[in-house]
Amino acid sequence: MIRLIPRTEPSKAMIFLSPLLALVLTALTAFFIFTFILTDIEVSSVFFTLFVEPLIDTYYISELLVKAAPLIMIALGLSIGFRAGVWNIGAEGQYVIGGITGGAVGLYFYNVEGFWLIPLMSIAAILGGMLYAGIAAFLKTKFQVNEILVTLMLTYVAVLFLSAMLQGPMRNPSGFNFPESRLFHDSALLPIIWQGTRLNVGLIVAIMLSFLTWFGIKKHLSGLQIKISGSAPRAAKFAGFDDKQTIWFSLLISGGVAGLAGLFEAIGPAGQITPGLPQFYGFTAIIVAFLARLHPIAIIFSSLLIALTYLGGENVQIYFNLPSSITNIFQGMLLFYFLACDILIQYKIVLFKTVQQRL
Amino acid sequence: MKYQLEIQNITKSYGDLKANDDISLSIKPASIHALLGENGAGKSTLVKVIYGSLQPDSGQMQWCGEGYSPKSPFEAREQGIAMVFQHFSLFESLTVAENIILGLDDIGLETDFTEQITKFSKQYGLNINPQQVVGDLSVGARQRVEIIRCLMQNPKLLIMDEPTSVLTPQEVTDLFVTLRKLAEDGCAILYISHKLEEVRQICSHATILRGGKLVQNCNPQDHSKQEIAEMMIGKKLIQLARSNITTGQDIFSINNLSRKSDDMFGVDLHDISLTIKKGSIVGIAGVAGNGQDELMQLLIGEVEAPEETLVFKGENIGGLNSHQRRQLSMFFIPEERLGHGAVPDMGLHENMLLSRPEKSEMTHYGVINWNNVEKLTQQVIDDFKVQTQSSKMQAKSLSGGNLQKFMVGRELIQNPELLIVSQPTWGVDAGSENNIHQALIALADQGSAILIISQDLDEILTLCEQIHVLSEGSLSAAVDMKDNGLEKISHLMLGSEQQ
Repeated sequence: MIRLIPRTEPSKAMIFLSPLLALVLTALTAFFIFTFILTDIEVSSVFFTLFVEPLIDTYYISELLVKAAPLIMIALGLSIGFRAGVWNIGAEGQYVIGGITGGAVGLYFYNVEGFWLIPLMSIAAILGGMLYAGIAAFLKTKFQVNEILVTLMLTYVAVLFLSAMLQGPMRNPSGFNFPESRLFHDSALLPIIWQGTRLNVGLIVAIMLSFLTWFGIKKHLSGLQIKISGSAPRAAKFAGFDDKQTIWFSLLISGGVAGLAGLFEAIGPAGQITPGLPQFYGFTAIIVAFLARLHPIAIIFSSLLIALTYLGGENVQIYFNLPSSITNIFQGMLLFYFLACDILIQYKIVLFKTVQQRL
Repeated sequence: MKYQLEIQNITKSYGDLKANDDISLSIKPASIHALLGENGAGKSTLVKVIYGSLQPDSGQMQWCGEGYSPKSPFEAREQGIAMVFQHFSLFESLTVAENIILGLDDIGLETDFTEQITKFSKQYGLNINPQQVVGDLSVGARQRVEIIRCLMQNPKLLIMDEPTSVLTPQEVTDLFVTLRKLAEDGCAILYISHKLEEVRQICSHATILRGGKLVQNCNPQDHSKQEIAEMMIGKKLIQLARSNITTGQDIFSINNLSRKSDDMFGVDLHDISLTIKKGSIVGIAGVAGNGQDELMQLLIGEVEAPEETLVFKGENIGGLNSHQRRQLSMFFIPEERLGHGAVPDMGLHENMLLSRPEKSEMTHYGVINWNNVEKLTQQVIDDFKVQTQSSKMQAKSLSGGNLQKFMVGRELIQNPELLIVSQPTWGVDAGSENNIHQALIALADQGSAILIISQDLDEILTLCEQIHVLSEGSLSAAVDMKDNGLEKISHLMLGSEQQ
């Protein structure tokens, strides 16, 4: 018999080391895959492309940061909900809707100059994301509908809505009937903060949001409310916290930032709205949030790590002709190992013989 | 003289903690022997050793003069040791007879025990119908089922763990009749309890443990209740007395409060009314599961009540949530410590914030002032002698008694005008119980009102001037204690079952 027994005191060092341990285990597994399964590819060069190259080339570093920004934002929002035990799995959908509503404002004011345009678009994107996540909040508080199902299924609706928009009202009038919007004009594009790259102010916003979230969790009652609602719902009621308010709050926040991230992708690296807007950031951010143990500052680092697997994965696709699912495999392994390490921090495995015992 | 069970120098440690340190005791046949001690004194460990669920590190036991070292409860039962646990293990959907059969070792379902059950039930006054479904039985009746189940094995030693904590006074009297008869017939009984008055009534021997060590073997009838309690906690108890009972005008009232329970297994409350005056301590007695939880939820504000059914200082507060009620100086201590009154995996300082009236200055427009929180937490820890390494310790790491002291302190430090508390000393050791009772009395002496909901009748009788009984969701009028008060309470507690 194997049994998991809770440890009396989890090791402090291991709590910090486990993400690194997960990374090492992932690398080891990759090593085995390339040594024994994909034998025609040389291990060292794959590893170089995967883990090293993205870190030594300025272009790749900037791309790393470009990819990390939306992950940070979405993961921050999700982490708030996860703390409260509200499982928003459909950030991808809120991201798409935010891109559409925010982008629509930009397209409506096409070629209109003004510093107010991006803030206005941002508000529209946040409201769009909130509205979309609000559907799940409404159904959950009113009819106890499971938010996991609602948010997840609404993601598919959002993607279909995007293609409907791109084939209809948002299609570029002079775009040869391609399902793409116009390219945003300069006033509607996020300012670049690193000349010569695609890195924009989105990263700064993301990092500021990290610190804001950290403040909220540490210093504000709403952070406490979320934590208590998640871990002891009866105590939350005892404290006078409204559980419905917590559900609304966490879904609206996560929806809002996901919407903003969607817009930033459209008016940042993409420059227009295309069917390629959804890039799985909404789902990947779930991994990011858990790798960071829902800590708002740690989310910055786990986003960078996951962004690295995106870039490295893309590169091995290009150089070694491997399928695109290689990125997903790495991300999946990383989360799997991380969760496994975490279990072993909290519990120890006890092997024991079954004693003949009649109770 | 031959002993039924002799225990010699038993030691059992868990890591550094010696749960039993060199304990010896001897139980005579046909005697009722009390095992006394605070929580954590080592009673359960010792019982587990006797019952075979734990093996001691050192020491021996003799059963009827022969060496005895059970490896499992099964072996213990074979020898003739039976145990009635504090928490019953009965299947609610099965009948009494079926439950009894299931509890026996080595016997199939086909045998009919109805006759034997009836025989025991007559012989020992264990009034029970074998065909009744357990789910319909009262707590006392369920305990009788457990006892009969033990008797089926013809035990020589019956271990009873806190048997009276859930019974009404009448049921306690009945149980004692049964136990005395059992002892007369030659069965030794090891009686674990913290109710010293009862122990003095029926036990002829007592073994007192403290901190895993044996304090004394004595005859409880030779000592006063106070003396025994002091032996248990190892220090002097402070006598409880209200210094001035001066009740003022009405401060809080419940007016015709009825509510259907949302929960299928919950209790509906019917037309509850109650008035509390300033400076008075009011008690609501009753057996658990008669609507206490439902009433407490409404009083705290976790469940909304119709606006005018709850009136505090002339204001209708039925619709306010717990935080808004605290602003008016109403404070609450729920029964459940972990998960309700405190969040298990948060520090004490964070738990402090569950009860945070504006005037405490722990928060300002929602921003937490951790300095003030820290100061107040430390003050609670100091004033109420909460034993903890720091104010940042997780609530779940504290013992029940310490956490209860913290929770009581957290509310008292706000100087409540009305304190509503459920089971203030549930699962708390005698020393902490004494402290908590003192603190409540001091609060009332200052002129605040207190409402206590408790199943511990002794507690209510000691503290309260005005006593009501909650039974099946209905609240009695205040019981006039002058004329056979205890009997009236007992009758009310049994409710319709006896009518």
